[in-house]
Amino acid sequence: MEVIVEVEHLKKSFGKHIAVKGVSFNITAGEVFGLLGPNGAGKTTIVRMLTTLLLPDSGRATVCGYDVRRQAARVRQCIGYVPQALSVDGALTGYENMMIFAKLLGLKGRERERRIAELLHFMQLDDAAGRLVRTYSGGMVRRLEIGQAVLHYPRVLFLDEPTVGLDPVARRGVWEILAKLRRTSRMAILLTTHYMEEADTVCNRIGILNRGEMVVTGTPEELKALVGNPDASMDDVFTYFTGNFLDAGGDFRGIRQVRHISRRLG
Amino acid sequence: MESDRFATSVAASVEPAAKSGGTVLQALTDMLVIIEMELRKLRHEPTELFTRAVQPVLWLLIFGQAFSKVRAFDTGGVTYQTYMTPGILSQSVMFTAIFFGLSTIWERDMGILQKFLAMPIPRAALVLGKALAAGVRALSQVTIIFLLAAITGIPLHWHPALLSAAAGVVILGAVFFATLSMIIAAIVKTRERFMGIGQLITMPLFFASNALYPISIMPDWLRVVASVNPLSYMVDFLRGALVTGQLTNWQADVGVLLVACILATAVGTYLYPRIVA
Ligand SMILES: Nc1ncnc2c1ncn2[C@@H]1O[C@H](COP(=O)(O)OP(=O)(O)O)[C@@H](O)[C@H]1O
Ligand SMILES: [Mg+2]
Repeated sequence: MEVIVEVEHLKKSFGKHIAVKGVSFNITAGEVFGLLGPNGAGKTTIVRMLTTLLLPDSGRATVCGYDVRRQAARVRQCIGYVPQALSVDGALTGYENMMIFAKLLGLKGRERERRIAELLHFMQLDDAAGRLVRTYSGGMVRRLEIGQAVLHYPRVLFLDEPTVGLDPVARRGVWEILAKLRRTSRMAILLTTHYMEEADTVCNRIGILNRGEMVVTGTPEELKALVGNPDASMDDVFTYFTGNFLDAGGDFRGIRQVRHISRRLG
Repeated sequence: MESDRFATSVAASVEPAAKSGGTVLQALTDMLVIIEMELRKLRHEPTELFTRAVQPVLWLLIFGQAFSKVRAFDTGGVTYQTYMTPGILSQSVMFTAIFFGLSTIWERDMGILQKFLAMPIPRAALVLGKALAAGVRALSQVTIIFLLAAITGIPLHWHPALLSAAAGVVILGAVFFATLSMIIAAIVKTRERFMGIGQLITMPLFFASNALYPISIMPDWLRVVASVNPLSYMVDFLRGALVTGQLTNWQADVGVLLVACILATAVGTYLYPRIVA
């Protein structure tokens, strides 16, 4: 199995607050790894370190074999990243958003146009491509973002809470896209979520993160088996391993972020 | 059965599409793409170009008219309104550019900046591309001021070469102040603090310059401030190009602005990624 993401004892503090307390895990090619935890657990902080946006305090992380600290430029060549907030430019059309990204990713000429068309189709956005993104629904924006992030066929895709704030239909639309990516490509996907159902449906391996610590990792089936009940829900699994209810967690900052995003989605 | 062409393409590709990367040419191309993006946004939302022109028009029409009656100092034989036209152009370009960093903070809050910083783009290309786009936007102010001067009969030197040179220096000035603004955004990080700093520095930069009056009438201490203020060099060049028609100090003016731009870009390139940390 080809290991694409390798994380060892990764640590990060903000002032006195330790957000990530020595986390370790691996992701192999073709795997959808779900980082499951309540708001404030440290999911975004981990993603930001792996995408070279934030320097770890200590520990080691490699992405595609490159060290996130010392070979950041190389890491950026082989990753796709969709941040937590909805982050495409509303003042550009869907096509323009794709085109600018494709150019910045070094795609040229016919190959660029081919991939843009291909991905707009894959994301079911062909009809909306000429419209300003400002007029898109939340689900469409998310699909466009995923399209932008895989234009260069990255080896690993980071999705930070890809369905937060989306309505159930839009959420299922994103899940379908992810399932399609998983079936058809060897891309490794790291997805963070605080939705149990999402982790259960979309991921083939899950790491439960609580207060900056990785409590346990395994396939959904393995985790349920550890709980001693194959019919257990992810909620039961989470409570079993953390002694917490998933919904009980979350600090003010995290909640405010979620509200902020939901409001923007209307 | 997956009919998507994307699936087949991805399955067939072993390596991600690697950018050649690292070369100066690649950085320049990236910078042009950033500029292209900003101009496309502007094409979809052009209102900004008009709103940013309102303020200088008011300054010139009201303040300029009123003060033309007061003869406090020697304007070199032109009306005060004519004398202050390059000053008002520079001031309005500086005022808009100095708040350019707000968009950086907004893009950070939206997550847009995070995406760009996680892409294989040299930081300098990002910073300079953004700043140059701000420079291009400032051309709308140049256009409005020139139009206004033509309509109201402000006697500028309508020499094509001089007008083009003036436009070039306006871009240079806007690049400097926009980069300065991105540096401030990267340091203070929040909208509130940014607005505070922005308001704190614009007025002193304006009044401690030769925009409204010559440096020669200033007290010594103010002269020192005005002579390290890049705005003064922008005004000096524009006054030469548009009012007197004599570019006596152009090497110093352009030189100072260029050095200021290079320094600001270097600092900005270093600090810019920190706004997401
Ligand atoms: N830039 C920051 N400055 C200070 N504290 C932060 C910063 N980013 C995150 N934190 C804190 O670190 C913890 C983990 O945050 P985060 O990684 O965003 O959690 P999650 O994504 O799981 O909701 C939280 O307590 C949060 O308040
Ligand atoms: Mg988060």
